[in-house]
Amino acid sequence: MSAVMITRKVRKWEKLPGKNTFCCDGRVMMARQKGIFYLTLFLIIGTCSLFFAFECPYLAVHLSPAIPVFAVLLFLFVIAMLLRTSFSDPGVLPRALPEEANFIEMEIEAANGNVPSGQRPPPRIRNVQINNQIVKLKYCYTCKIFRPPRASHCSICDNCVDRFDHHCPWVGNCVGKRNYRYFYLFTLTLSLLTIYIFAFNIVHVVMRSVDQGFLNTLKETPGTVLEVLVCFFTLWSMVGLTGFHTYLISLNQTTNEDIKGSWSGKNRGQNPYSHKNIIKNCCEVLCGPTYPSVLDRRGLMQEDSPAAANSEGPCSFDNPVAQTTKTTAPLIPNEHTPDDVKPSIAAEKSSGPKDDQPPAAKLPPLASPETDAETSIAKNQ
Amino acid sequence: MKNAGLRCFLYSINEQIRALAGSHPKSVLTGFKCVQTHSLQDLQQPAVSSKVFVQRDYSSGTICKFQTKFPSELESRMDKQQFEETMQTLNNLYAEAEKIGGKSYLEGFLACLTAYTIFLCMETHYEKVLKKIARYIKDQNEKIYAPRGLLLTDPIERGLRVVEITIFEDRSVGSGR
Repeated sequence: MSAVMITRKVRKWEKLPGKNTFCCDGRVMMARQKGIFYLTLFLIIGTCSLFFAFECPYLAVHLSPAIPVFAVLLFLFVIAMLLRTSFSDPGVLPRALPEEANFIEMEIEAANGNVPSGQRPPPRIRNVQINNQIVKLKYCYTCKIFRPPRASHCSICDNCVDRFDHHCPWVGNCVGKRNYRYFYLFTLTLSLLTIYIFAFNIVHVVMRSVDQGFLNTLKETPGTVLEVLVCFFTLWSMVGLTGFHTYLISLNQTTNEDIKGSWSGKNRGQNPYSHKNIIKNCCEVLCGPTYPSVLDRRGLMQEDSPAAANSEGPCSFDNPVAQTTKTTAPLIPNEHTPDDVKPSIAAEKSSGPKDDQPPAAKLPPLASPETDAETSIAKNQ
Repeated sequence: MKNAGLRCFLYSINEQIRALAGSHPKSVLTGFKCVQTHSLQDLQQPAVSSKVFVQRDYSSGTICKFQTKFPSELESRMDKQQFEETMQTLNNLYAEAEKIGGKSYLEGFLACLTAYTIFLCMETHYEKVLKKIARYIKDQNEKIYAPRGLLLTDPIERGLRVVEITIFEDRSVGSGR
C-alpha cells in the first residue's frame, strides 16, 4: 500500500506570515486596515468628478480646452501612483527559515560566550561599518533575522521592511524601498492636482460672478463649495508632506530615521548613506533601479497530507518544515520576546536534547534509528 | 552494504513496535506502514548534513553584496579560490543590477512618463540580471558544487539575505541527520 499524496495547488502568498491582505491571487498586497485608503480614493475621485462636472465645461469653453485635458492626465497619474503605492510590496523581507534561524542562534550564542544563569544575556546587536560609520544591526525576534541597515519591523503589518519609511494608513500600506518613489510622486502630483483644482475653482467663480453675480454662481455650481473646502484642507497637508519628503530625499534619510533622530542633533552630518550631494541623493532615491520583490507571492507550494513523504525539490522540501514548525530556535527570553513565546521557550528548554535535531528530522519517535538517540546523548554529554 | 544497513534499520523499527504493541503487533504495523514508507524514501535521498549561510556584506552600504570570506565548514570540500571567485562574480552581477547610471535613469524616466504601466509588459533591468544570476548559479552548481556534494541556493529565494550552501553528507558515512 502506497502513501496517499493529496496535492492541492496553493500559492505561496496564502501561507505567508504577517498581517497583510492579498488580492488578485497574490498580485496585490496591502495592509489589513483599508478603511482610510478607501476614504482617500473617495476624496480624490469625488472631488475630481465634481470638478469635471461643474467647472470643466465652463472653463473649456471660456478659457481653453487644454484645462480639462491636463486635469484628466493629472488625475490619472495620481490614481496610478496611489494604486502603485498601495498595491505593491514595499520591500518586505521574508522571515528566516528554521535552519537559518538556528544558524544565527548558534552564532549569537558563540559570540556571547558563557552567560551565568540568572543574568540577562546581552542585547542582540551586530555592528557593521558603513562608510566609516558604525551602524548597529538589531535582531528581529519575530522574523529571526538581523535586520539589514535601514530596515525596520512594521508592527501593523508584522513584517520587516527594507528601507522602512513609515506605515501610511492613507495608502493602506507600508512605504519602503520598493514603493517610496511612487509614494513621493503620489504626494507631489496630488499637491499639484489640489493646487490646480483650487486655482481653477477660484478662476471659475470669479469669471462667472462677473457675469451672473456671486450667489447665482454658487447656486448654479454647488459642487464648487465642496471642492474648495476639500482642496483647502488637503492643500496644506499635501504641500507640507511633499516638502517634508523632498527634504528627506535631499538628505537621503527615511521618515523613521528622522523621527528617531538617528542622523540629526549630535549625529548631524554623519549619515553614511548620504552622498553629501543633493542631486546625487535625489537621483539615487528617485531614479535608482526598480528593485524586485523578494517575496515570491505567486509561486506554487505543494501541500501534501502529513502521512506522505515530500521528495520534489528544494522548494517543497523547505515548505513542510516551515508549516510544521513555528518557533524552533531555542530563544533566550529577553525583554523584546513577546510574552506568549516565553512559556513555549521554557517548555522547549526543558524537553531536552531532542529539540537540537533539525525539524526536517521530526519523524515519530519509533521511526528514528537507535543510533541517532545515542549520538545525540553522547554529544550533549 | 546498503541493503544490510536497511535491513538492520527495519529490524530495529520492528523491535520497537513489538515492544510497545505487546502481543498484537499486526494492528500497529498497518498503522505505521506509511511511516515505514516515509523512512525508506528518506534513506534513499542523500542525507543532508548541514547548511552554511554566507551573510551580507554591508561595508559599502545597503547595496546587495555578500561576504567573500571562506566558511570553515567547506574547508574539507572545496578550494578557497573557487569559492571566492563564485562570490565575487555574484557580487559583480548584483552590482550590475543595482548600478545607478545613464541606463537606469533612462528606464526610470520612460517608466515615469507612462505612469509605470510599462512594467506590466516590460522586464526591468534588475529582473534581467536576476535571471542571469540564476543561470550562473545553476551553472556553478552543475560544474563545481554538485560534484563536491554541495548545493548553492539562489539568494533571491532567501530574500537576498544569505547565500545558503547545503552540505550533503556521503550516504556511506552513517545515517546522521
